Amino acid sequence: MSIYLPVAELTVSLFMILGLGAAVGFISGLFGIGGGFLMTPLLIFLGIPPAVAVATQTAQIVASSTTSGLAALRRRALDLKLGGVLVVGGLVGTALGVWLFAAARRAGQLDLLIVVSYVTLFTIVGSLMLRESIREFLQSRKGKPRPRRRAGEHPAYLGLPLRMRFHRSKLYASVIPLWGIAMFIGFAGAMLGIGGGFILVPALLYLFRVPTNIVVGTSQFQILCTTLAALVLHAVANQAVDLVLALMLIVGGVFGAQFGARASTHLRADVFRFLLALLILGVGLRFAVELVLPPEEPFTLSITQIGGGE
Amino acid sequence: MRIARLFAVALLACLLAPLAARAESLVTSLSSHQVAISSNYSGSQVVLFGAIRRDGQTISRTGPYQAAVVVRGPPQTVTVRLREEMGVVWINGEQQKFADVPAFYAALTSAPLDQIAAPALRDRLAIGLDGLARHVGETAERDGREMVFRQSLVRLKREMGLYVAAERGVAFVTPQVFRAAIVLPADAPPGNYEVDVMLFSGGSLLARDRTNFELVKIGFEQRIATLAEEQSLLYGLGTAGAALFLGWLASVVFRRD
Repeated sequence: MSIYLPVAELTVSLFMILGLGAAVGFISGLFGIGGGFLMTPLLIFLGIPPAVAVATQTAQIVASSTTSGLAALRRRALDLKLGGVLVVGGLVGTALGVWLFAAARRAGQLDLLIVVSYVTLFTIVGSLMLRESIREFLQSRKGKPRPRRRAGEHPAYLGLPLRMRFHRSKLYASVIPLWGIAMFIGFAGAMLGIGGGFILVPALLYLFRVPTNIVVGTSQFQILCTTLAALVLHAVANQAVDLVLALMLIVGGVFGAQFGARASTHLRADVFRFLLALLILGVGLRFAVELVLPPEEPFTLSITQIGGGE
Repeated sequence: MRIARLFAVALLACLLAPLAARAESLVTSLSSHQVAISSNYSGSQVVLFGAIRRDGQTISRTGPYQAAVVVRGPPQTVTVRLREEMGVVWINGEQQKFADVPAFYAALTSAPLDQIAAPALRDRLAIGLDGLARHVGETAERDGREMVFRQSLVRLKREMGLYVAAERGVAFVTPQVFRAAIVLPADAPPGNYEVDVMLFSGGSLLARDRTNFELVKIGFEQRIATLAEEQSLLYGLGTAGAALFLGWLASVVFRRD
């Protein structure tokens, strides 16, 4: 059964999009991540224009982060103060990201921008995670536990000016690095149609030593706020949000995520991190191949204006 | 006086003679002038009927009639880019912009093109993809370099199924009545589609008639598209609201604690 997307102006198969939403939702439930980084490239490979894929996927992230954010709020696993600080940086980054997105689209280099950003971000993050997970795995084999942080030992970036105390996160740190990371994630998120949880969660865990039970909820809160802003900005600046596509992705994703979350209880934490690292690296490499291999068809066609010449 | 009247009649006859010699005219009718895009739209088909009208003066033709139907979709401006190797990666390099390019093009004929008319006439009437690859769109000339891009434009559109040519696309039902099925793929964009119907015999154009149909979004699809375009802030907030609501709904329905 096919369904027409009024903004993308093309027809897709209803069951394929629902199935895709469910499959990505399953993975996102399994790993506790948004799944945007898988869905956006898949939509592009399916022939949805990149602008529509990125802009519409933000709606799906809003829905999935609302669900998990609310669950975290109920468990009180959320630091609203830390989240608020992150949102400030995130919103600035989002605005910059949407602006660059629109500028690249006008210049006709949007596809390239998306591909290059995916390659760099995903190969770097994927390799770092893979290294970390292999090291952890080897250390647990030898029986050596990961060294714990000692009292009074802090990385230098926490001691920059504008320090704030976050009680729930047991953190006393400068807001400058927090804004920096949130800005970067908001920027990448708006440009690539991803939430950025897979970067924010490890950053908060390893760089800021925020307790594990607080991290996921807080990052979901930040993602919810920035993607909400990205969604509205994309709708206004790029007019590329397709409501019909968004609804299908959300519905598919909701169901997939439930099964994913159930399956995740059977997965060991280290295996889990290893698989996630492979997945992220895989997406990065997939884009790298596209960038490096000589294209089968050297010419590309893009519609720059609808309507007759002036 | 009498001579003057005779002269006038003779003059009139002279003027009418060429008209009488090509007295065929075309009567065409489309199965629909408005094609609606609804939620399960997956392409459509419009059928054109044509009848050749002859009057008593029409000279008899030695060869059979041939018909050509050319359909042009709404005009677009497109940019064709060439991917170039820069270091280890391939990026978009040289580009050429074409204005006034039909989003969709179909050339339906009753016989192979060379039986319809000579290449020069076909080019002038824009019948056939080969001619299109030489003339389509308006662009800056760059000593022939633009031709490579123009040819690629037509080739890519053809691969996308948006430029088609069918040498048996027009069928004669009787020697003087023909029909042509215009097949619109799902991704042919909304807008005005011009239909140019031409009648030939022995390689010369006898009659021509133009008509058109419109491909439009209706109902829900149309409201969404207009809203997204004209009330983009409201539309963005609405989509955000819907996403928040569904997210909340999921958290209630699938509550696990």
